[in-house]
Amino acid sequence: MNDQNTDMIQGTLDMLILKTLSLEPMHGFGISRRIEQISRGVFKVNPGSLLTAFQRLERAGLLDAKWRETDNSRRAKFYKLTRAGRKQLERETTEWTRRAAAVALLLKAEG
Amino acid sequence: MSLWRQLTRGIHKLTNRNSSDQEISEEMQHFLDEATAEFAARGFTPEEARRAAKIQMGSMISAKEEIRSYGWENIVDTFFADIRYGLRQLRRNPGFTAITILTLALGIGANTAVFSVVNSVLLKPLPYPKSEELVSLHQEAPGAAGLFSVSDGLPLSASMYVTYSDHNRSFQSLGAWTSGTANVTGQAEAEQARTVEVTDGVLQALEVPPIIGRALSSADQQPGSAATVMLSYGYWQRHFGGDRSILGWKLNVDGNLREVIGVMPRGFQLVDADFDLIVPLAIDRGGKLRLAGFEYHGIARLKPGATIAQADADLTRMLPVWMDSWSNGPGINSHFYEVWKITPALRPLKQQVVGEVGNVLWIVMATLGIVMLITCANVANLLLVRTEARQQELAIRAALGAGWWRIVRALLVESVLLGVCGGALAIAFAYEGLKLLIALGPNSLPRLAEISLDSRSLAFTLALSLLAALLFGLFPAFKYAGTKISLVLRSAGRTASASRERHGVRNLLVVAQVALALILLVSAGLMIRTFQSLRNVDPGFTHAEHLQIMRLSIPPALVAQPQHVTRIQNNISDKLATIPGVTSVGFASEMPMEGIETGWDIIIPEGRPDATEENQPLRMFKYVSPGFIQTDGTKLVAGRDLTWTDVYDNRPSVLVSENLAREIWGTPSAALGKRFTEFGDKREVVGVVADVRENGVSEKAPSIVYWPPMTRRSVTYVVRSDRTGTASFLGEIRSAVASVNSELPLTSLRTMQNLYDHSLARTSFALVMLAIAGSMALAIGIIGIYGVISYTVSQRTREIGIRLALGAQQGAIARMFVSHALLLAGIGAAIGLAGAIELMQLMKSLLFGISPRDPLTYALVPTVLIIVAAFASFFPARRAAAVDPADTLRGD
Repeated sequence: MNDQNTDMIQGTLDMLILKTLSLEPMHGFGISRRIEQISRGVFKVNPGSLLTAFQRLERAGLLDAKWRETDNSRRAKFYKLTRAGRKQLERETTEWTRRAAAVALLLKAEG
Repeated sequence: MSLWRQLTRGIHKLTNRNSSDQEISEEMQHFLDEATAEFAARGFTPEEARRAAKIQMGSMISAKEEIRSYGWENIVDTFFADIRYGLRQLRRNPGFTAITILTLALGIGANTAVFSVVNSVLLKPLPYPKSEELVSLHQEAPGAAGLFSVSDGLPLSASMYVTYSDHNRSFQSLGAWTSGTANVTGQAEAEQARTVEVTDGVLQALEVPPIIGRALSSADQQPGSAATVMLSYGYWQRHFGGDRSILGWKLNVDGNLREVIGVMPRGFQLVDADFDLIVPLAIDRGGKLRLAGFEYHGIARLKPGATIAQADADLTRMLPVWMDSWSNGPGINSHFYEVWKITPALRPLKQQVVGEVGNVLWIVMATLGIVMLITCANVANLLLVRTEARQQELAIRAALGAGWWRIVRALLVESVLLGVCGGALAIAFAYEGLKLLIALGPNSLPRLAEISLDSRSLAFTLALSLLAALLFGLFPAFKYAGTKISLVLRSAGRTASASRERHGVRNLLVVAQVALALILLVSAGLMIRTFQSLRNVDPGFTHAEHLQIMRLSIPPALVAQPQHVTRIQNNISDKLATIPGVTSVGFASEMPMEGIETGWDIIIPEGRPDATEENQPLRMFKYVSPGFIQTDGTKLVAGRDLTWTDVYDNRPSVLVSENLAREIWGTPSAALGKRFTEFGDKREVVGVVADVRENGVSEKAPSIVYWPPMTRRSVTYVVRSDRTGTASFLGEIRSAVASVNSELPLTSLRTMQNLYDHSLARTSFALVMLAIAGSMALAIGIIGIYGVISYTVSQRTREIGIRLALGAQQGAIARMFVSHALLLAGIGAAIGLAGAIELMQLMKSLLFGISPRDPLTYALVPTVLIIVAAFASFFPARRAAAVDPADTLRGD
């Protein structure tokens, strides 16, 4: 929690989880590592926030969860994107791109 | 879909707390395992790897809490946890809990009971359809003051009813009615039934249909039409067992055969009259109808949209029409009544039914509201004391991560639990209280049968409990929720004397309690003084408890000849006088305070050419038998009583009241032998009797002319004996009457004391209610002072020990605490006095013979209150003085 790069922009964690899961079903630890790897360590995910986010997304019907064996034969809770989750991801991606572009434009105009 | 998911998963989580906790733990464990494995793969030793993973995870517990706190079910869950915690806390302090709940239950219960009464009597509409359109045709006649009791106003005469009924523009229907009694014969035994006589328009205005048969129609009310009668539900059940084939039967009512045409539904009352029979009142519009004869209550239903002001104007317009249309006989000025200044002052029917008791009820409701405030202040004080003792516990909870709001919530939940338990018990109290009230049946309370704990009362109780809980719960919650842990833990057990600020709130609450209690005690005190001054009024009769009274009517069907009526009445009188224990007997057209319509007329004294019908006030007149005055205990001021010779020889002898004699002839003895004209007859005064408060203790004694009994078919007998009210005595009275004529029913057997008490009923009701409120306030106030002083003593034990060890006198220590209590009580009393002087103006209408600033009450009440406060603080103060210095210093 001491690095500035662990900060997560409000509301993006859900999107990142959905994005990560859009490739394949994964367990919690896997998702956290994948987010860190792909963002090249810019985002570090706190397990507490991550698991809370799972609860939230599952409750909203965007994820389904199931306990099964991992490759190294541990038991883990695997999360899978539902159809609603996939739609939500599409929506959020579009929205994000639109906003990011707008912010980029504004910043350019400032400079 | 998502909402459904929220709901089902939430409920699943709530009901399977353990397994869902388990799942979170497992998931986190998996997280940890994977991280450890990762570190191990990077070449860490297993030991180091586990440590590194744990560091990366951060606090497992707080992460778990974070996950757990997600979802709506978590709020419910912590709420339940608060309740469980609260209940545990309350169970741990059974003494505190019991006292608090009991105090609350008394306060809330008293409020609920009185609210139920207010709700049933004042707030609920009358049980008639669209009852807000119903009005009572109340009229005032300031020019005829003293003739009617002010609250009843001027009744309608039959001709007035006819005029109003024919010419009005504001009413859908309008009628006149009166209540009375009738002899019903032809059944097993002669019986007197309570009747209401109604003209056309009364039942139409009320719009309540009969449950069987038909209602009286206009045709039934034509003079000479077939005689009909309707029954009340109760009479139908009692006499005919609810037999539906009763329709078409004939009843002998006062010698007339009347056909039963319908039965009114259960609980139906005619305005405030509970009756057995409804008899049509056929008014003959022929020549015999006069202006006078004011004996009917008027009732009407306003046209939709019509206001009372419009209807008043309508009646005012019709008064001249009335005076033009009728007269009191040839040669008598029919516009005479202009002197009376008759003013229509219509009232909503509900106001007529409720009468003056509304005033009393609102005052009682307000005083109980004050009791509730005192209760809250007291409970807040108890809670403050207890929460203070729990400071360490709260500080530890805060240290373990409970937020400010969480602690406030926990404390408030405890208060609400107390409030709700108190409220639940209060409902039981209120239920019992109302049962008692209805059983006592204060006769000044109208609509008594309608009083119940309905849903509105229960909602009131709930709201009051919650409001009270918030009120008394906020004090400790906000005072202690923010306590700094370091302060508390550091000084734990070593608190020397509590800080001044900490006592501030409690002292303030005690001052408030004393002030409020004082206001209530002053109101109760003023009522006691009012009652005293009413009791001190000489009503004009003596030893009312030894006067047995009863009503007796001799119908024409039984005794046709008027001359015989007086003979029979005389015989009955003589028979009653032979009963053992009877000292004297008399009868009269009505007893004082009996509430039977009285007569009045103008008298023209002889030798006063200036006195005319126009300028003389009206005098009440009564018919009294010889011996009546003596039986009543009314003093004969001058002259002699009437004799049977006066009666049978038709001598023009009359008695007059003392105030009448003084007004016309100067002194009582000067009136003897004087003559005056009344009803065109010359009358001679043979005796003067003391004034009698005919209309009630609090109303002025009217001037009265007492006539000998001239064929009054309905009279009230009065028997003086010390055996009044006993069953054997009543039995002997009945057989004495039956020995003269077995067909004559007796009714309304009461003692004069009943009538007297009835005239004080409103005052006694207010007195009892305010005395209850005042005693509750005093008791709670004493507990409050005692509690605060005791607590201060227990907090300052160590300080007292040191003082004693340094040589302080025990007496000085005790005085210190008592004077603290006296200071609080003194400030409270001063504030209370200031408030009382303002508030008591509102009670003015209930007072009699004293000012709302009665000096005696205002001197006595604070004195008593301060003495009581001194006593309440004396016991804890003595305990303080008895502290053993060695013990306190050794402690801890």
